[in-house]
Amino acid sequence: MKDVQEVRELARHIRIETLKMLTGLGFGHYGGSMSVVETLAVLYGDVMRIDPTKPDWQERDYFVLSKGHAGPALYATLALKGYFPVSELQTLNQNGTRLPSHPDRLRTTGVDATTGSLGQGVSIAAGMALSHKLAGRSNRVFCILGDGELNEGQCWEAFQFIAHHNLHNLTLFIDYNKQQLDGTLDEVIKPFDLAGKFSAFGFDVQTIKGDDVEAISEAVTPVRHAEQRPLVVILDSIKGQGVKYLEQLANSHHLRLTPDVKLEIENAIAELEAAHV
Amino acid sequence: MFEVTLELQKDAVEMRKVYANTVREKIVENTPIIALEADLMSSMAMDGVHKDHPQHVINCGIMEANVIGVAAGLSLTGRVPFVHTFTAFASRRCFDQLFMSLDYQKNNVKIIASDAGVSACHNGGTHMSFEDMGIVRGLANSVVMEVTDAVMFRNILLQLMDLKGFYWVRTIRKQATQVYKEGSTFTIGKANLLRDGSDVTLIANGIMVAEALKAAEMLEREGVSAAVIDMFTLKPIDKDIIIKYAAKTGKIVTCENHSIHNGLGSAVAEVLVENHPVPMRRVGVKERYGQVGTQEFLQQEYGLTAEHILEAAKALL
Repeated sequence: MKDVQEVRELARHIRIETLKMLTGLGFGHYGGSMSVVETLAVLYGDVMRIDPTKPDWQERDYFVLSKGHAGPALYATLALKGYFPVSELQTLNQNGTRLPSHPDRLRTTGVDATTGSLGQGVSIAAGMALSHKLAGRSNRVFCILGDGELNEGQCWEAFQFIAHHNLHNLTLFIDYNKQQLDGTLDEVIKPFDLAGKFSAFGFDVQTIKGDDVEAISEAVTPVRHAEQRPLVVILDSIKGQGVKYLEQLANSHHLRLTPDVKLEIENAIAELEAAHV
Repeated sequence: MFEVTLELQKDAVEMRKVYANTVREKIVENTPIIALEADLMSSMAMDGVHKDHPQHVINCGIMEANVIGVAAGLSLTGRVPFVHTFTAFASRRCFDQLFMSLDYQKNNVKIIASDAGVSACHNGGTHMSFEDMGIVRGLANSVVMEVTDAVMFRNILLQLMDLKGFYWVRTIRKQATQVYKEGSTFTIGKANLLRDGSDVTLIANGIMVAEALKAAEMLEREGVSAAVIDMFTLKPIDKDIIIKYAAKTGKIVTCENHSIHNGLGSAVAEVLVENHPVPMRRVGVKERYGQVGTQEFLQQEYGLTAEHILEAAKALL
């Protein structure tokens, strides 16, 4: 990893900007945005071959946020990397905005695929990876799925497809934060042996802490070769990760801020801003 | 430009062979085409092409939703994906994928939907789609077509290689009735006037074009002059010709191998009611699901023959 401190700093800023944009709005998908912050920081800050001045550069690595409701965290990342001005983040979900709650590639510079209807992003990522592999190109594809998203049957179609075609240039991250909209996974649809399922499909499976930037970076480095199996990284994460108040909530999937909650989040932003990483 | 053949004989080549041969040709020419199949490769005569060009024909297995997403990813990286499966699975089974992964984000994917309507024959009601054209024409950016015969199918496929966007092409798999002479070309979005007339206009698509031509012959024998229009592009529909012939003949009959709801009949009615209302009748499937049978039996059973068109036209006169 090039510079751990730099990636941690990026993560801190992604978290601050995401909290600010949701809090400015007064509602939004807090929990699932927070739990992917470190992964986004590692991908955009260290791993992916990108050029924010050339968002359509054909040599770039591709990113698909299959769990589209974490869009705000992706926007914060893209803005901080220079795809568009950070000030634009405050237009999230405003009338006529280029930043809708779920990513839209035709509206937002730097978004590679439109997602939001769950289960579809992973298939799109598979198609991208297949395309690069068939053409013998070295572009890599990264895709983050939610653990609740795995309820969707299409995910499992895609996993079979990815394994069958040995798409070693594709890395899947499962944001295993153990909660979905209506409650915990155990209450709604149990994940059972998640790692075991992916092993059975023929993936190389790594389970790491969802906020451990060094472990995330190590998991996807070095670049995989044709003889290797596709990789799935299970991120053992916490919904609301990195914000104590949110981590302790029973359900932080979507919050509509009361004055009390708003104060809590504002305090968290102030703490993060004051933090020396 | 097109020319009509008046013999109304069966095509020499099956529609599936037209598809396989055209895809093979484009692969050999080194175009960026990639054909995706959902375990119906052999049904579409694509197995031979797959064997010879495994990098260009991908059998994705029985996972239509994923196939649409994979096609989107291929499109986003510069390939030109053509996806084939049966019409029922390409529409009912994965409509949200068509919306989200293709149409909404303007991906460049062509869907070839086979076994249209009653042509699903012995696969029966479960596999018979009378809804697909209505479903797909609801999407904001879609272009929706139903090809008439082998000459048209090949010409449209060749055009689609160079056109960007979400295109839906409905077809039967076996031999169609030849309507067009070899070498005919077609303009997407522009209907073909196959026969002029002054008393009534028959607007048809797919297998019903030949039936409409037969019905026009029968009407002529009874002293009625019927115009016949091949509305092979359902969306965007050719409004001008509909309005022109509503004004000229004052009566319209639509003929489709599809539900009368939301397909050709509805689309023509929409144009008429906003521009030039005239009495009309819709020949098509009426509030029913399919069943097994030969195509002849099913056309009879579901009211999709020249005689049914004749009856509908006479009811207007």
